[in-house]
Amino acid sequence: METEILARLQFAFTIAFHYIYPPLSIGLGLVMVIFESLYIRTKNPEYHTLAKFWTKIFALTFGIGVVTGIVMEFEFGTNWATYSRYVGDIFGSALAAEGIFAFALESGFLGVLLFGWNRVKPWVHLVSTIGVFLGSMFSAVWIVVANSWQQTPAGYHIVGEGFHARAEITDFWAMVFNPSSIDRLTHVWLGAFLSGSFLILSIHAYYLLKGRYVEISKKAFKIALVVATVFSLGQLFTGHHSAEGVAHNQPAKLAAMEGHFEASGPADMYLLGYVDKENQTVSGIKIPGGLSFLLSYDFNTPVTGLNAFPEDERPSQINAVFQFYHLMIIIGMMLIGLTLYASFLWARGKLFEQRWLLKVFVFAAILPQIANQVGWFAAEMGRQPWVVYGLLRTSDAFSQAVSANQILFSLILFALVYLLLFVLFVYLLNKKIKHGPYDESDENDRPLTQEITNVITNN
Amino acid sequence: MDTFLSIDYPTWWFLVVGALFSGYAILDGFDFGAGAWHLFLKKEESRRIALNAVGPVWDGNEVWLVIGGGALFAGFPVVYATLFSSMYIPFMLFLLFIIFRAISIEFRGKEEMLWWRKTWDISYAVSSIMLAFLLGVVLGNVLQGIAIGENYTYHGSGFFEFLNPYSLIVGFTTLFLFMAHGAIYLLLKTEGRLYTKLTFFVKRGMILFMVFFGITSIYTLLYIPHLSDDFKSNPALFIFPLLTFLSIANVSRLAHKRSFGWAFFFSSLSISLLLSLVAIELYPMMLVSTIDPAYSIDIYKAASSTKSLKIMLTIAAIGGPLVLAYTLFVYKTFRGKVKLDETSY
Ligand code: HDD
Ligand code: HEM
Ligand code: HEM
Repeated sequence: METEILARLQFAFTIAFHYIYPPLSIGLGLVMVIFESLYIRTKNPEYHTLAKFWTKIFALTFGIGVVTGIVMEFEFGTNWATYSRYVGDIFGSALAAEGIFAFALESGFLGVLLFGWNRVKPWVHLVSTIGVFLGSMFSAVWIVVANSWQQTPAGYHIVGEGFHARAEITDFWAMVFNPSSIDRLTHVWLGAFLSGSFLILSIHAYYLLKGRYVEISKKAFKIALVVATVFSLGQLFTGHHSAEGVAHNQPAKLAAMEGHFEASGPADMYLLGYVDKENQTVSGIKIPGGLSFLLSYDFNTPVTGLNAFPEDERPSQINAVFQFYHLMIIIGMMLIGLTLYASFLWARGKLFEQRWLLKVFVFAAILPQIANQVGWFAAEMGRQPWVVYGLLRTSDAFSQAVSANQILFSLILFALVYLLLFVLFVYLLNKKIKHGPYDESDENDRPLTQEITNVITNN
Repeated sequence: MDTFLSIDYPTWWFLVVGALFSGYAILDGFDFGAGAWHLFLKKEESRRIALNAVGPVWDGNEVWLVIGGGALFAGFPVVYATLFSSMYIPFMLFLLFIIFRAISIEFRGKEEMLWWRKTWDISYAVSSIMLAFLLGVVLGNVLQGIAIGENYTYHGSGFFEFLNPYSLIVGFTTLFLFMAHGAIYLLLKTEGRLYTKLTFFVKRGMILFMVFFGITSIYTLLYIPHLSDDFKSNPALFIFPLLTFLSIANVSRLAHKRSFGWAFFFSSLSISLLLSLVAIELYPMMLVSTIDPAYSIDIYKAASSTKSLKIMLTIAAIGGPLVLAYTLFVYKTFRGKVKLDETSY
């Protein structure tokens, strides 16, 4: 029991930490491709400067993403041996494909992206940037497919019994396109685009507030704003689609997300609330019948509730699932509101006149990060007590050979190392921001003096 | 059993995993080896050149670990699960050093302060050494056998059991092999005084490696008989140790002639030949139980279903050439001696 809890804690902690960085890399990659394409089309050196500047920040997020990812890959074997044997036949191919198709592409071109500015032609460099970006998109594909398979298994059969039971693949494409893959992959991708574009908005909003690098920041801000607006709206669609899928495939999870206990009855939708698991009540602000309406456009349609499941087939942390899920949605709405309002001001030609709005954007970079984290927490804790939904219990899945002490040791080790990584990351990010986009040792860049003159004449 | 070109699928996948591991050992081998010499380079300039020699390629090299790990998981989930959960602490340390090595490369050049650079230099060198050494320790334990009991569960006494004499010797052998290999790689990337200094490093690395390799071979023949069974029953296989020996001797010869391009080729070849020896010694076994041979895990017990293996061989056949293509593209872009510029570490 203790081993199980520690193993879960360790997995949650290490994956949550890993998941700070890849979404940033994916999202920054997208905008870097845009900057660099614009440079090649317009020959405007400002886009070149932007692409170079963001490449440096990308290098930082990427580096930490890589090392924390390698930990994840081996943690399946070290901490979840039984699970690994159970799913290896299916899951392994997705992971191997990730390595071959995604990571090799990504890191193959990474060297050129980071160090090749003066060595290859601009278009070869652009191709490398695109290669790295596509590689990071593919890494999300395979890993989300693997995770979706354990949420909604398909294309397999079970062979063997008891301890030796395992899932074997019967249909590769049915495994890849299992019922939740597409919904979840699109949702994860868009979440990543939002993390990246909001970081760009944040840092350029900061420059605008400080009156530094004004022209270049206006350009970058507008480009990132387009990306952020489109995908904030898109996220509502992919999220809604996911929710329909969850209702269909994992009803106990959906019931936990909305705190719906009644075995079969119309379900409400909460804007905010608190779930009391003992008394089976939820207190909060609700739209009566709202969940029923969202799923079937009728306020009275019955929705399967938690009481339809035996006690040991329901997620245990109902309130946590509920809160995480609602926090994600609230943030989603905030992002939509914020980007639409900014776009509206832009259309009226007043985008950069509201200082408070720029201030909000400086801090808003944290919002998609939080939404990404709590989204996963809701999805994964809502899947409990199953590690493979309906097939294998989490309590049967951890490594028998590993003792609680060993896991505790490694957990503490990772906690310390990751803390150090995080501090260094923030420190270096801050330093890069302070240093700004121009590189004085590079003659092709606009000299800093000219920039300063600009600032003085503008203000 | 289903076969392809009259070789069964688990054996095919065993070859794929073997090829990936030797690709990994060659690539991260020079990477770790180069890092292991880091503190022996005294000047700031030399250290930067050495770092930038691996700068653009270390991440690509590490991908071979990721793919190799994925391939083991996919093809032999039982081995993947058993090996990693048994050798829990050694692998956690391995991961820890992987992290420190990577961030040392990444962060060292980000500040000018002397203490900052010194700290990352030490972290880089120590983690490179430990990684090479730990790989050898794991290999030594796999060769020797692990206390696997019923239900693929480890029943040994834990971390210190893995630091047995044989594994320590294999650990040092691996370290020195990688150090020689890494010094040769650096030679291809440097010029001037640093170059001269590195030629001495290569010599020292080769001598240390050969001494330890000799000890490992004798120890294996004397104390771990199950490893030489295959050779005794099939003398034609002796061609492999012979080739390995010639290849290693050739590295020294070429290094002496200062023909470092070829020396690098042969040190890479030696690494893959050494791993083929390991593969031949083990096959068809993957993990030998020291408790009872009945608990040992061979490729057939460990393998995924034939269907899954077929799918993955298809993936490997499509992906393999792509990986090679990117690798060549990167090495071609950064060929020649290191020139420091503003994008360097
Ligand atoms: C392909 C597999 C996979 C992927 C892509 C993810 N997870 Fe996961 N997750 C697991 C496979 C898994 C697992 C191995 O199956 C765990 C371990 C224990 C368990 O019940 O499921 C798990 C547990 C788990 C838990 C603990 C739940 C609990 O014990 O109640 C959390 C909070 C997360 N994960 C969070 C995440 C986050 C933030 C991810 C985003 C990157 C993520 N997971 C991706
Ligand atoms: C348990 C699940 C996961 C495992 C085992 C895993 C594994 C890995 C590994 C081994 C790496 C390093 C690759 C290299 O050496 O270049 C990595 C990096 C990366 N991972 Fe994960 N990963 C997981 C979850 C995720 C998720 C959910 C996403 C995406 C949405 C993701 C996206 C990425 C990306 C984009 C990188 C490249 C580095 C970066 O951009 O920061 N990973 N991961
Ligand atoms: C706007 C309204 C949103 C809705 C209705 C919504 C809906 C959902 C649902 C139902 C799930 C669970 C899927 C499952 O378990 O299979 C989920 C998961 C998730 N959400 Fe959202 N979401 C919204 C906004 C956001 C935003 C803004 C982000 C991030 C920027 C985000 C990131 C995630 C992530 C990373 C997951 C976990 C991965 C997954 O299971 O797909 N969501 N969301």
